[in-house]
Amino acid sequence: MKTKGSLPLKNIKGKPVRTAALIMLTALLSLTIFGGTLIVTSLKTGLYSLETRLGADVMVVPYEATTKEDLSNIVLQGNTGYFYMKNSSYEKIASREGIGKISAQFFLASTSSGCCSMPVQIIGYDPQTDFTISPWIKKTYDKNLKDLDIVVGNDLNAFVGDKLSFYGVECRVAAKLDKTGTSYDTTVFTNQNTIKKLIQSSLDKKLNLFADIDPDHVVSCVLIDADDEHSPEEIVNDINLHVKRVKAIQTKDMISGISDSLSGVSDIIGILIAAVWILGIVILLLAFTMSVNERKKEFAILRVIGASRKKLSLIVMQEALITGMAGGISGTVLGLLILLPFTSLTEQMLGLPYLLPDVGQIILFAAMSVLLSLVAGAVSAAVSAFRISRIDTALILRGDN
Amino acid sequence: MLKAEKITKEFKREVNGSNRFIAVKETSLQLEPGTLTVIMGRSGSGKSTLMNMLGGLILPTSGSVFLGDVNLYELSDKKLSELRNKKIGIIPQGQTAIHSLSVKDNICLPCTLYQDDENTEENAEKLMDVLGISELKNAMPSELSGGELRRTAIARALIRNPEIVLADEPTGDLDDENTELVFEFLKQTAKSGTAVLMITHENIAEKYADKVYRMNGGILESV
Repeated sequence: MKTKGSLPLKNIKGKPVRTAALIMLTALLSLTIFGGTLIVTSLKTGLYSLETRLGADVMVVPYEATTKEDLSNIVLQGNTGYFYMKNSSYEKIASREGIGKISAQFFLASTSSGCCSMPVQIIGYDPQTDFTISPWIKKTYDKNLKDLDIVVGNDLNAFVGDKLSFYGVECRVAAKLDKTGTSYDTTVFTNQNTIKKLIQSSLDKKLNLFADIDPDHVVSCVLIDADDEHSPEEIVNDINLHVKRVKAIQTKDMISGISDSLSGVSDIIGILIAAVWILGIVILLLAFTMSVNERKKEFAILRVIGASRKKLSLIVMQEALITGMAGGISGTVLGLLILLPFTSLTEQMLGLPYLLPDVGQIILFAAMSVLLSLVAGAVSAAVSAFRISRIDTALILRGDN
Repeated sequence: MLKAEKITKEFKREVNGSNRFIAVKETSLQLEPGTLTVIMGRSGSGKSTLMNMLGGLILPTSGSVFLGDVNLYELSDKKLSELRNKKIGIIPQGQTAIHSLSVKDNICLPCTLYQDDENTEENAEKLMDVLGISELKNAMPSELSGGELRRTAIARALIRNPEIVLADEPTGDLDDENTELVFEFLKQTAKSGTAVLMITHENIAEKYADKVYRMNGGILESV
């Protein structure tokens, strides 16, 4: 029998309701710190991922394509949509001063009805001029895309070698991209020749909102990097002033909008975590104090049979550490079970780029949450442990009779 | 041998216009091996305070307590606790079982508290057998009667074969049959070479005692 080692454990088992309440409370602390940290970090990772992939200083779209909000929905949030402007607009934009790099993109949104294998946003780019998408596609697929080859986002249920059909045009999946936490996870990328075929096919099947366009003479948007002598702001102002029927936008503005939302969400989560922790530690303090008061006589008995003051403190601390560990692990596991399988849902609910950090970082957060729960339990119990080490054994035993 | 030399105990308490209450006036006492010493007296006469001072649980206001050559109150808390664990078996008043432990675990607790597991189970079985609680070894304290709990506390005090046994009202809430059983057991313990001190209200205790004292108003008198 190892009563010494197991006395705290037996004490814990002897009071199942109190123990369950303590474990649940600690689990809540651990869940909030782990879940909150994971969500905030995923948002920051998502934003970083978006920033590194947007790449262009300026985006130019047809004026009808609209308000900044709609545009950011299409470009950043993955809401399918598409629009076109004439090639002549592209040429006018390209002729403006201050343009360092320029490339056109072509958008097409597929539907899930008969025409297509799945509903996605399809982006076509010009491999000769592109400077935004190609660099990170190359991390996964370093060859040039052939006609009718596509690269699919990570969330799409398609794999290398699969054939996907859009508007009757069969395309081959050449590569699948890493997760980005942005709309690109549900996007299909292809070269300009392929997307023009797809646009033409959608027109032929009368499934395109723009019935009278010529795919060879339109683009959806123009991406620009400023040269060294001009600022993106100057280019935006210049294009908006001199090129008709288009709208130039600094992509940083879109990012800063998201960044503001992210900062708001982070602040709210931070406040919630702090509130739960303050409340939780106060309740833990009360719970340990009440528990120790209730068991004063048991501690007095332990003194009588030879437990030193230090041993009494250790028993209280061991009980706190056991419940802290159990609660910390439960809360963290619960957090993992809630957050990991539902990343897409979380992303949709938050409406912000959301990308889980790597496994190493998640393990670090989990370990940190368990450790902090242990510390919370230990700190809450320390006051009781100190008090119990000062008990007047004789007085307590006499008071009982 | 346990020896108290001129010990006193004062508490801060408002009594008759004074803020000092003298629970035990200058007292000297010697507990010898093989002897059952009984202290009788009314409630509040200072018996329990005296016993707690002898057991190293209350620091005397003056005087010293020696176990052999060791002055208890010159030891650190750790050393005194260890000495109490190994050499002094205390049976406190009232029900004193740890509720999360079984009868057997309660009895073995003084040994396992210091991880001295040698012969513990065997000794516990013997004590439970002698005290008639063998069948209850796996029972929890909440399932026991007052007499059974008291016998558990006695077995726990004796599990280390201590040199000294201090029993505070060990038959407080027991019926006559259990009372005599406990007295007889403590008598036998004394006969085996242990110095036993018993504090009690029961007049019948005198017939088991080798020495009898009476305590009145903090003063210990030999009967």
